[in-house]
Amino acid sequence: MSATPTELPKWADVAVIPLINVAAAFVISGLVVTAIGEDPFNAVKLLIGGALGDLEGIGFTLYYATSFIFTGLAVAICFQAGLFNIGVDGQAYVAGLGAALVALHLGFLPGVLLAPACIVGAALFGAAFAAIPGYLQAKRDSHLVITTIMFNYIAAAMMGYLLVDVLRKQGQMNPETPGFPPGATMPQIKDLVAYLGWQWPDTPLNLSFVLALLCAYLMWLLIWRTRLGYEIRAVGANHVAAIYGGISPARITMITVLMSGALAGGLAVNVLLGEEHRLILQYTADFGFVGIAVALMGRGHPAGIVLAAILFGILYQGGAELAFDQPKITRDMIVLIQGLVVLFAGALEHMFRRPLALLLTRFQPPVPDAPAAERA
Amino acid sequence: MKVDAVPRPPAIELIGIDKRFGRVHANNNVNLKVERGLIHGIVGENGAGKSTLMSILYGFYEADSGEIRVNGEPVRIRSSREAISHGIGMVHQHFMLVQPLTVLENVMLGAEGGPLLAAGASEIRAKLAHLGREYGLEVDPDAVVGELSVGLQQRVEILKALVRGAEILVLDEPTAVLTPAEADQLFEMLKVLKSQDKTVIFITHKLREIMRLTDRVSVMRLGEMVADFETAKTSPPELADAMVGRKVILRVEKGQAHPGEIALEARDLVVKDDRGVTRVDGMSFVLRRGEIVGIAGVAGNGQSELLEALAGIRPLAGGEILVEGRVPPPELRTPKGMRKLGVFHVPEDRHRMGLVMPFQACESAMLGFHDDDVYGAGILFDRRAIAADTAEKMEHFDVRPRAPLLKTANFSGGNQQKIVLAREIERNPHVMLVGQPTRGVDIGAIEFIHKRIVALRDAGKAVLLVSVELDEIMALSDRILVVCGGRITGERLPETCNQQDLGLLMAGVSEREHAA
Repeated sequence: MSATPTELPKWADVAVIPLINVAAAFVISGLVVTAIGEDPFNAVKLLIGGALGDLEGIGFTLYYATSFIFTGLAVAICFQAGLFNIGVDGQAYVAGLGAALVALHLGFLPGVLLAPACIVGAALFGAAFAAIPGYLQAKRDSHLVITTIMFNYIAAAMMGYLLVDVLRKQGQMNPETPGFPPGATMPQIKDLVAYLGWQWPDTPLNLSFVLALLCAYLMWLLIWRTRLGYEIRAVGANHVAAIYGGISPARITMITVLMSGALAGGLAVNVLLGEEHRLILQYTADFGFVGIAVALMGRGHPAGIVLAAILFGILYQGGAELAFDQPKITRDMIVLIQGLVVLFAGALEHMFRRPLALLLTRFQPPVPDAPAAERA
Repeated sequence: MKVDAVPRPPAIELIGIDKRFGRVHANNNVNLKVERGLIHGIVGENGAGKSTLMSILYGFYEADSGEIRVNGEPVRIRSSREAISHGIGMVHQHFMLVQPLTVLENVMLGAEGGPLLAAGASEIRAKLAHLGREYGLEVDPDAVVGELSVGLQQRVEILKALVRGAEILVLDEPTAVLTPAEADQLFEMLKVLKSQDKTVIFITHKLREIMRLTDRVSVMRLGEMVADFETAKTSPPELADAMVGRKVILRVEKGQAHPGEIALEARDLVVKDDRGVTRVDGMSFVLRRGEIVGIAGVAGNGQSELLEALAGIRPLAGGEILVEGRVPPPELRTPKGMRKLGVFHVPEDRHRMGLVMPFQACESAMLGFHDDDVYGAGILFDRRAIAADTAEKMEHFDVRPRAPLLKTANFSGGNQQKIVLAREIERNPHVMLVGQPTRGVDIGAIEFIHKRIVALRDAGKAVLLVSVELDEIMALSDRILVVCGGRITGERLPETCNQQDLGLLMAGVSEREHAA
């Protein structure tokens, strides 16, 4: 088979390249840390130690990772269909409204039913908010990138109005809903392991983490093992061939965007049902945008997204610890490191491919003229 | 090698050119000598390394090793700018012209001669007038390029090279887009250039053109220069053998057709393209079981839109299509529906439409049939059944390598085409719509594909063949319909017509004028 110079073996493509990209981001960050007069090795030690040094750190890291898995999957499923959903943040925000409305109005349900109902509410609202740009893309060819960016602003304005003027509890100053009833809660990992007699410190890590892993597995199954996934990939890889194959790109676009919006709702499940137990202004904290970086770094593959989400979780949790211990290194520094990871993993993805490919061919015995053997 | 009496050095000499792309050895120690003032042909199958060699000559790639000499002087060519400074001009297969600009503006592009255009423009206008007189290459300098015929656009490309002082012209498959008449004009033009001591390198895979036009011919196969002939002393069979490396039968062996009942009928079809331009303008014909009907025509005369309309991809703007004598209900006028009716389609462009290049071969090999229960009756695909099904098709169509899990893009052009054909033919169509079945396919695979198409006919299937290769149309068809400008300009039987006759019809000379 003809190998172009940038074609890498699969293991190198999924493992080595992302590692090199992250390493490059860290090297440059290290230079910046040195420039402001701190010891970069100490900074790395604090960062890693803060994120993975003890069970508490790990709990927080995985809690953040859960959010990133959901938003990363939401972006990645659209990648598969050749679509770019920048509106995951807005969809997650509106999904929070769905979760809150169910929690506050169906509070009479027992906990076993209330929490799943909240999850469904979040997914439905997220999907419904994604449906409008999805429809415009599918039927009117309005570019999804543009419309979803706009819809983020619509979400922010609408939620601001609702939280300040409609949902806010009387006499309460903060723009947030009343607290959710006790049933509208994702079980805490701390409580779950306590059943097994184990100790886990008090962290926000909750069952959403397991739900996120399940979603990642189901997405893998959907994309690579079902007809719908086949059709999604066909539309993403070759629109014209898909039409030829009897697949309707408009239908696939609509379905994919709906699933993406529903996955964005996972953020509401993790943060609102798992930790905050009420809907607060700007609860998404731009996690929807980080999902784009996670999806890019995970190369659109669910397994890659889980790994990338954990890496970003480490950066978030470790970065917070670092900023706490080293006042000179602010949170902006962490944003910088994340930006560099995005730069190397996304924008400069091909920078290290060619050198690596050349390096690998050097260690491989040349295949005796493969094209000659293939010729019919 | 004959001893050349002319004392001057060859215009181009390539010595030991070597170029690898990863593991592919595109050019392996290639030597080529092109004498000044001659038309030198280079033939070879697709993928033989002709284009790579020419890309090295005009500076698009740099060779890994080897030497280029122009007029006996060793030179290094790293860009097209350096190539033209050595007098090498390239005429690409796909024109590098800006359609909304005028001829003059196109010729000036990159040679404006300063920030203000006026001075450069008048200089180039004078040059164009001079070239027009000297070589008979007249083109109106103020005509908009997009409104010129393809033949004239090609002339503009040649003028671009000449204005820049090209002494050596490289033409890459120049006749692929031309009518026979336009090709004749091109050949006359090239002969005039030759008489003015210009050197022409002419790349093609059509042996007929080599025989007609060139003085010498070099043959490439699998990245190597395998033979070099004086054209007058060689023959098409000899060249074909050298290209393929074995004996090839250029004729298709087929018996008498036995046309049966009507399988597909088109009545006054009108089809528009994406921009709303009418491309098929009232075509009517019937297609019977057990016959191959060839649609001959220059590319872009409605064939693509016709195929897409018949396959259910493109809606009809007028007329009707009958399958087995009945107009299918609207819900079946889709690609899926037409497949259900047994109307299968091998699209003209396998890259754009027929295959999904990043897919595994087995995934591409079920495109359009992926709903079938054999690929898994439940929610999940049965991966083993899919791979086994593809392996069987690969076996029947001799696809190499037999690797159902290999990425589609990693197969050679001929093998990709076999994957498409296997997918459609193995499913037992009633009506087979075949577009450009051997485009970009090497000679060995062409023979195989032609045999399968004839076998399909002999099994009583109706075959509609669209091809821009007249040789292919004449070799395979039982009846030939010639199209021009979206209309059928004539119907011929292959045994009683010749290329000139078809050429006139393809150029739009209607039946009546033709007879007169």
